[in-house]
Amino acid sequence: MNKLLDIKNLHTMAEDDHKKKILKGLDLSIKKGEIHVIMGPNGSGKSTLANTIFSSPRYIVTEGNITLDGEDITNLPTNEIAKKGVFMSFQTPEEIPGVSLAQFLKTTKQSITGEKINLMSFIKEIDKYTKELNMREEYTSREFNVGFSGGEKKKNEILQMLLLNPKLAILDETDSGLDVDAIKTVSKGINLYKNNDNAVLIITHSTKILKGLKVDKVHILVDGKIVKTGDSSLAQEIEENGYKEFLK
Amino acid sequence: MAKTNVEEYVDVKTRNIYNEKAENKSLKKEYGLTRDIIEKISKEKNEPKWVLDIRLKALDTYYKLDNPDWGPDISYLHIEDIATYVKPVEKEVRKWEDVPEEIRDVFDKLGIPEAEKTSLAGSGAQFDSETVYHNLTNDLKEKGIIYTSFDEALREYPDLVKEYFTKAVPIHDHKYIALHYALFSGGSFVYIPKHTKLDRPLQSYFRLNAPGAGQFEHTLIIVEEDSELQFIEGCSAPGYNELNLHAGCVELFVKKNAHLRFSTIENWSKNMLNLNTKKCFVEENGKIEWIMGSFGSKVSMLYPLSVLNGEGASCEFTNISFAGKGQNLDTGLKLIHNAPRTTSVVNSKSISKDGGICTFRSNAWVKKQAKGSKLSISCESLMMDSISRSDTIPVDTIETDDVEFAHEATVGKISDEAIYYLMTRGLSESEAKALIVQGFAEPIAASFPVEYAVEMNRLIGLELEGTIG
Repeated sequence: MNKLLDIKNLHTMAEDDHKKKILKGLDLSIKKGEIHVIMGPNGSGKSTLANTIFSSPRYIVTEGNITLDGEDITNLPTNEIAKKGVFMSFQTPEEIPGVSLAQFLKTTKQSITGEKINLMSFIKEIDKYTKELNMREEYTSREFNVGFSGGEKKKNEILQMLLLNPKLAILDETDSGLDVDAIKTVSKGINLYKNNDNAVLIITHSTKILKGLKVDKVHILVDGKIVKTGDSSLAQEIEENGYKEFLK
Repeated sequence: MAKTNVEEYVDVKTRNIYNEKAENKSLKKEYGLTRDIIEKISKEKNEPKWVLDIRLKALDTYYKLDNPDWGPDISYLHIEDIATYVKPVEKEVRKWEDVPEEIRDVFDKLGIPEAEKTSLAGSGAQFDSETVYHNLTNDLKEKGIIYTSFDEALREYPDLVKEYFTKAVPIHDHKYIALHYALFSGGSFVYIPKHTKLDRPLQSYFRLNAPGAGQFEHTLIIVEEDSELQFIEGCSAPGYNELNLHAGCVELFVKKNAHLRFSTIENWSKNMLNLNTKKCFVEENGKIEWIMGSFGSKVSMLYPLSVLNGEGASCEFTNISFAGKGQNLDTGLKLIHNAPRTTSVVNSKSISKDGGICTFRSNAWVKKQAKGSKLSISCESLMMDSISRSDTIPVDTIETDDVEFAHEATVGKISDEAIYYLMTRGLSESEAKALIVQGFAEPIAASFPVEYAVEMNRLIGLELEGTIG
């Protein structure tokens, strides 16, 4: 019963004129304390999966369901899913002009917990994590993601993960476009966050981010379905041989 | 004033407070616009003949002029249905305790006496057609500063008033300024002598309480050489079904090396026609700063004019408008660069939602003699849905080559991706929109007096409540 995320027979289609089918019967189950990795060729449905868990208005669930901690969260409003303890690090995080990073973090933390937070102790907590992530202190007073480099934006996502402390963190290609040092910082952030009561789902194209992480399972997603599951050696195999074997 | 206090006292405000209606116990109430009514008002105020003559000339002008043939439709305004004069009290007082309880209660809830105690040098309050309260600290009176209701100024300082009254905004400027001069009542008069700097602002608050009433206050401010003043104007009204009318007038005179910061927050209810006129003359090296927030009203037409008459004179204009359902806010500004090395910096932002319309008209005229002048005009609009509208209409006349001129206009829509992103961080759709709008408005809010910056964020929050159906 320590299944944190349980996805059964999930089918989705795009909410646009083409109504393209994307996920075609996906099953995935993640236990507390685990790190899972999803790899797959472009267009296989990796980001769709992450966004479907979050009830993104871009996708429609046509079949199947998603449960979190035994509770059905399929089609719950996006912010309710966040409040239940799911977090996603975005591939391209948004910029919010005129809102400082500190103000943003305070607002989101209050929305997630439903409690007023003490600004002074919260700022201390922010400072602790920005140091760990090698972010410059002045970032907290800057406008949210405005003028941030790609790497800084991704670190900012990890900062939010640490401060919001979700049950399940989904990292959607957080490593893409990052240099070696930044990838190391992201891995460090994941290790800081990770404990026996939470779980991580990493969507990636590369194994670099996995170094230094204790990965429990690697899934290969092709054409909307998981076609193979293995341990961390499977990721290495993909890095060397690509997805040819799975594309028929 | 400590920021926490401000937040506390603003925090207790809700829309209900803006909606607070005092029982209607006005002493006198007149409807429509006739010579008879105007003579009655003038007699009631015990005015000298030259003032009545201005009123009668204005009456004549009003009937000669037509509605503007541009901008929002206001043809449904029938002046005979408007209560053009509503007298709430027998006389204006100097102490809040002496203001009748039901009226004082409204101002208490708006936080006016509290603000006066903590952060203002002086405060005035108008209720319907008349000012009910005006006060200035004694040390400032001793410095020769005058801050009174306009009616009192006419009685006590007739020569000073006569020298400036109607000199910035003439009677025949447009139909509704003629209406204003026929019916004007209340408003504030400020005179700052030479070499005098106020470290705290003066604030006049205008409250329109009676249903179907008009408010025609006249504000006249003179800042003499080397002096400084910050003046804050607050306006609000409870909502009614009948049409209310506001046709105020502001005349400002900024002398050599003087500096005036004039801030206005208009939070009229959505049954208000706000047809307001403002104008400022600026002399050598003088500076006028306009800070405007337009939130309420059904229709607003307001385009403050700054005339930079002296070399090195400057104007800074900062504006934010927020138009919701059924609102048409037609605002903007006019600039006349009349002397060398004059400078204008304009920053305007507008937000429209639920079919609201924001139009920003900027009209800059740089005359031949204004060599070495600089103008920078920036307008940004944010539309929250596809049924709302936002227009920017620039008209520029530049008569010299020796000028730096920059005009920038951007129109943006609130992005679905940004809303989704914020929702994955636990915010509801309306909270997400409110945060984005707050961020958009932030650079403008930063220039408001602190109480109003907090209030503005609150108003944005109120406007966005129930954004999702």
